[in-house]
Amino acid sequence: MDDENKLRDDLELWATNSEEGGWNIASTDEGSQKMLEDESEKQIKIQTGSDVVDDYFYSEETTDDERMIVNMGPQHPSTHGVLRLQVELEGEVVRRVKPVIGYLHTGMEKTGEELAYFQGPTNTTRMDYLSPLFNELVFSLTTEKLLNIEVPERADSIRILMTELNRISSHLVALATGGMDIGALSMMIFGFRERELILNFFEKTTGLRMNHNYIRPGGVAADLPDNWQKDVKEILKVIPEKLKDYDEMLLDNPIWKGRLKNVGILTTEECLAYGITGPSLRASGFSWDLRKMQPYSGIENYEFEVPLLTDSDVFSRWRIKVLEIFESLKIVEQVMDTIPKGPYRIQDKKVTPPPRKRLDESMEALIHHFKIYTEGFKVPPGEAYVAVESPRGELGCYIVSDGTAKPYRMHIRGPSFCNLQALPVIMADSPIADAVAAIASLDPVIGDVDR
Amino acid sequence: MFSPDNIFTTTIDKAVRWSRTQSMWPVTFGLACCAIEMMAAGSAKYDLARYGMEVFRASPRQADLMIVAGRVSQKMAPVLRQVYDQMAEPKWVIAMGACSSTGGMFNNYALVQGVDHIVPVDIYVPGCPPGPQSLMHGILTLHDKIMDGEINR
Repeated sequence: MDDENKLRDDLELWATNSEEGGWNIASTDEGSQKMLEDESEKQIKIQTGSDVVDDYFYSEETTDDERMIVNMGPQHPSTHGVLRLQVELEGEVVRRVKPVIGYLHTGMEKTGEELAYFQGPTNTTRMDYLSPLFNELVFSLTTEKLLNIEVPERADSIRILMTELNRISSHLVALATGGMDIGALSMMIFGFRERELILNFFEKTTGLRMNHNYIRPGGVAADLPDNWQKDVKEILKVIPEKLKDYDEMLLDNPIWKGRLKNVGILTTEECLAYGITGPSLRASGFSWDLRKMQPYSGIENYEFEVPLLTDSDVFSRWRIKVLEIFESLKIVEQVMDTIPKGPYRIQDKKVTPPPRKRLDESMEALIHHFKIYTEGFKVPPGEAYVAVESPRGELGCYIVSDGTAKPYRMHIRGPSFCNLQALPVIMADSPIADAVAAIASLDPVIGDVDR
Repeated sequence: MFSPDNIFTTTIDKAVRWSRTQSMWPVTFGLACCAIEMMAAGSAKYDLARYGMEVFRASPRQADLMIVAGRVSQKMAPVLRQVYDQMAEPKWVIAMGACSSTGGMFNNYALVQGVDHIVPVDIYVPGCPPGPQSLMHGILTLHDKIMDGEINR
């Protein structure tokens, strides 16, 4: 334990004491974490990842007869999509794992080059289908950065409201499917039940339950519906109550704890070496959240904290999602109180199509409408990268523009893709029964991995 | 002994068809976005158990119905066909969503443009993704099809 504390001091991590089941929250308001400030040999080792053992050679003692390669997937209920794992077993212990991806490769980045910027969110929203609004947000922010425009305040507030609600619904699915994988079937029923509440609000606002195409370059597609506060208040009231139920059911449940504690350890060094972000990184004691580090859409105006746990195991990766839901609820509540009046999309004729009513009145509006929906708006040449904190980690979008109405290249940095590569490290030398728990705790969405 | 109240008559034809509809176990074939809506259809609010379908079988040999929920890539196509071949007759296929029906919005190198290129499809459920109600409507339509259609598959 002393070694661990020393390590945290070395890394300048603000980790509070880790009492069991307690609320472990560290503030990240104190600026950047200065990762490369003093270039000690140990820090450089950690940052380049040369400290982490990721080569698993055959040990001399075991013969080939004792090893068995088992194929898991691609069609397996517990792999969260069509992930295939080649697992090398020695008895019941996993020695090596090789994830095979690409079973859901959709060619979305190539499709993104065929679609104009205003069509882009239609495409990106289908990547990480549990957090569609984040995909739209990151694409829109990148396009806006290239266009060098700023969206109205109300649009920013709506974006934050919707994405934070989306974070809740995504975490609820993660908790639900995670519970199902491990055998807590009630959790599956509970998680999806509460998710319906948020999805109903989404359906009312955007017209769809998933794949909304709601956040678009220049603002959002439509204003919030009448009496939306009532629905959000309902969500704010119901979700915390239900989360208490989860805690009662699972937090003090000896089976659940025994199954998940000290299983699937992923240490801070390993996280940094593999580029793990999101709840998995924060559950290993490294306080890193892009909402604090690189604020987007005015999220710096809201008060919230970044939950931090230090046990690095499956249990803390599960627990931190529950804590993050509470923080997201805080943000949603503040947005509801402070949302300004005004336009919900930028009043720029070149970017925003005119309202339907104007088409009957103005020839100019008709021309703009026609131009936007046939050709699309042109974006100045250049390149931009913007990242947001999706429920799974850093979700980045990189666009190269050549001055036309379509991206020359569109790339998404998917958090699931980067997080998934830690699977061999987590699963190595652990029993095969823990494999499913490890996969569930990383919460990969294969749509985001393969794209 | 038997009282007259407990006797009913039917044709074997009808009885077989009825029994086929009443506990149609699907194989888990979740691929993408639609899989989440399929899971939502199976959980508390929509409750597929009402149709005797809540047991999603992990083994195709125990399943009667394959709900292809999501986009089928070229790499996944042989896997899908193998799972279909492993299912015991009689078997049915629902193509859930635009992608598995027609390729949807992704007309590119990576996707199979409609799962009916690989397996015979009974019901196409439109939507991107179809909501749980749409899926249930598809399932009920399949039930009607079984009750009215050919008994030999």
